[in-house]
Amino acid sequence: MSEDALPSARPGHTRRTVPIWLKGMGPLLLLVVLVFLFLRFGPVGVFRQAFPPVEELTVERITLPRPGQMQVRVVNGGPEPVTIAQVTVDDAAWAHALNGGRTVGRLESRTITIPYPWVEGEPHTITLLTSTGTTFSGEVAVATQTPTADARYLSTFALLGVYAGVIPVFLGLLWLPFLRGIGQRWLDFFLSLTIGLLVFLGVDALAEALELAARVPGAFQGLSLVVLGTVGTLLVLMALGQWKGKTGAGGERSPMYVSMLIALGIGLHNLGEGLAIGSSYATGEIALGTFLVVGFLIHNTTEGLGIVAPIAHERPSLGHLVLLGALAGVPTVLGAWIGGFSYSPLWTTLFFAIGVGAIAQVVYELWRLFARRAEGGLARPLNVAGLLCGMLVMYATGLFVAG
Amino acid sequence: MPDQESMGEYNNRSEPSESRTVGNEPASEAQTTAPLSRRQLLKAGALGAAALAAAGGALARPGRGAAQGRGDSASPDAHGGPAEHSSHETMMSVGDVEVKPGSFDPTAFLTHFDTGKVSRLPSGQTLREYQIVAMDREVEVAPGVFFPAWTFNGQVPGPTIRCTEGDRVRVKFINGGSHPHTIHFHGIHAANMDGSFEIIPAGGVFTYDFDAEPFGLHLYHCHSVPLKRHIHKGLYGVFIIDPKEGRPQAREMVMMMNGFDTNFDGENEIYAVNTVAHHYQKHPIPIGLGEQVRVYLVNITEFDLINSFHLHGNFFRLYRTGTRLDQYEFTDTVMLCQGERAVLEFAYKFPGKFLFHAHQSEFAELGWTGLFDVQGRSNV
Repeated sequence: MSEDALPSARPGHTRRTVPIWLKGMGPLLLLVVLVFLFLRFGPVGVFRQAFPPVEELTVERITLPRPGQMQVRVVNGGPEPVTIAQVTVDDAAWAHALNGGRTVGRLESRTITIPYPWVEGEPHTITLLTSTGTTFSGEVAVATQTPTADARYLSTFALLGVYAGVIPVFLGLLWLPFLRGIGQRWLDFFLSLTIGLLVFLGVDALAEALELAARVPGAFQGLSLVVLGTVGTLLVLMALGQWKGKTGAGGERSPMYVSMLIALGIGLHNLGEGLAIGSSYATGEIALGTFLVVGFLIHNTTEGLGIVAPIAHERPSLGHLVLLGALAGVPTVLGAWIGGFSYSPLWTTLFFAIGVGAIAQVVYELWRLFARRAEGGLARPLNVAGLLCGMLVMYATGLFVAG
Repeated sequence: MPDQESMGEYNNRSEPSESRTVGNEPASEAQTTAPLSRRQLLKAGALGAAALAAAGGALARPGRGAAQGRGDSASPDAHGGPAEHSSHETMMSVGDVEVKPGSFDPTAFLTHFDTGKVSRLPSGQTLREYQIVAMDREVEVAPGVFFPAWTFNGQVPGPTIRCTEGDRVRVKFINGGSHPHTIHFHGIHAANMDGSFEIIPAGGVFTYDFDAEPFGLHLYHCHSVPLKRHIHKGLYGVFIIDPKEGRPQAREMVMMMNGFDTNFDGENEIYAVNTVAHHYQKHPIPIGLGEQVRVYLVNITEFDLINSFHLHGNFFRLYRTGTRLDQYEFTDTVMLCQGERAVLEFAYKFPGKFLFHAHQSEFAELGWTGLFDVQGRSNV
């Protein structure tokens, strides 16, 4: 922002007494001064209550690094510092060590190491007792040793990501020749079906994000994170779309660009999915059985179809196709790796929210694509059927993986 | 045990205590024989079966000197060392409740009896006068855990009132608390001395005046409503009426089984005898080999139906309510309902450390566990 960019309110007034940046900063500086004065001299006591402050601790993650040891990560998302006085495991006071002081400041976190002989396959409850006697609990649903980031773990999740993300997406891409052979009407049907898939995935991701937002420590405002992630991504992608991706005179998106967007949106969704899978696996909440992996395989194959539908009449190079598949599938692997050993509800919420925004953007692009076609757009019965089919397919294949 | 330090960031008693170094011998045997059986060991410990004696001093070693709750740094325990030699010492509250001048010391409370100000009435009857003041006070029920208690004379349990059968007992009660309170003594007395209907408002004064009968082990507690809250907040104490002929010579101690619902959800988070979780486990009670010991055991635990006392390596003579001197049961475990009490007598045949604890494993593991340190030679 520069001064000459602004219309001058008083032309002829040339005396530059106050620089424009200072005018902009003025209120902020005053605010800083006032906050300081308030904290220094203000009647803070008026707002204090006689009873102990409301304490809030969030158990972010419990891991079982090895037999006989548990680790708990807690975050203070409340308004006041909280002092962790004692720890009980399954209603027994237990020895423990903290990686810092017992008083956890606002937005600070601690990792508590507990030498507790946990029992494979059984649930455990860890309770933190604060100095005021308030309790905060976390549960281990099914105790199993948390995998460490070794070669075996990384390869397991790479394999899982390949099966659940990469292979199905590439399989879906193989529909390209089929899509080439059918007429425009049926291609529109499959494009609508793609929109259906995406809407389903978007809602699914939003639901995940909102569910996780509840587990984000209060001060980090989970719900606001979801809104920020979703709307922010949507806006950034739209701005990027204005800047790039235009071909021809009408400002129409290139089909390849649309496909890339779809792949990106699905990829971000799969990143969140990978995070959730990795974390659940690591904390023993799910056992990745054959059934579940097959479920992901089927569920995600339809994603590949969605990616190639817009480029049915293009001649994409093999490199492009590989890029599309990788964009959509590989994030599953990355997500699973990250989720497995560094899971936090905060980041996973944000990733899911970003996925929602990206998917919303793709749906918007496809909608525009249809609007430009003369033949009735999405409201055509066949296209409506496609939309519904897309959602139904996702629902039906989702039965394999929903828990 | 290098990484013990990581668990000991709480202040300890300022004076060096023997208990810091005691207690490793009994468990070391079990540890060396089978590192693989650690789980079984701990499981056994949870049932109170194995040598929990190791617990005594392991955690009560010198801390880092900084005040608790000030963000003093515990040494990071990157490798989770405590699990390496996990044993019963791990099943305990961490740290120790610092005893400052004027604060409650369970060790002192154990053997402290308030026999009142003694004088003789014109009739020749012995008069014992006491003063009890109700006051709101925060008490530390486990290291670093503060409970907003209502107390008699600033302590939970209140002072142990002791007299002899037939004495005239006069208790001046001053309610210095923020709520109406009373003192309801168990015993045989007039209706207006029962402390159940004459509620003393905050700032009020009342004198309870009655003859001590029958002899036995009784208790006193506040009888204001809501009763549950007035009791679990800490308004209770032990009331002993000795028989005229006295009881046989013994080392006497008072144990009031209590619990604390620190988060006010209707369940106890902390259990103990005499308020402080694991206190007598960290500071074992020394007794002599073959010495007669008498425990005045009272249960005031709120929320739970019963509480219990189990003695290791020994059996005791059990005198229910302490109202008879001749009839007893010979056992090692006694179960008491809330308000029920019993006199226990025993002497140890073998030296060493012996556990006593609630035989409800949960209570034991949440603080109601202690140790007797029997000192002397076994061949004497």
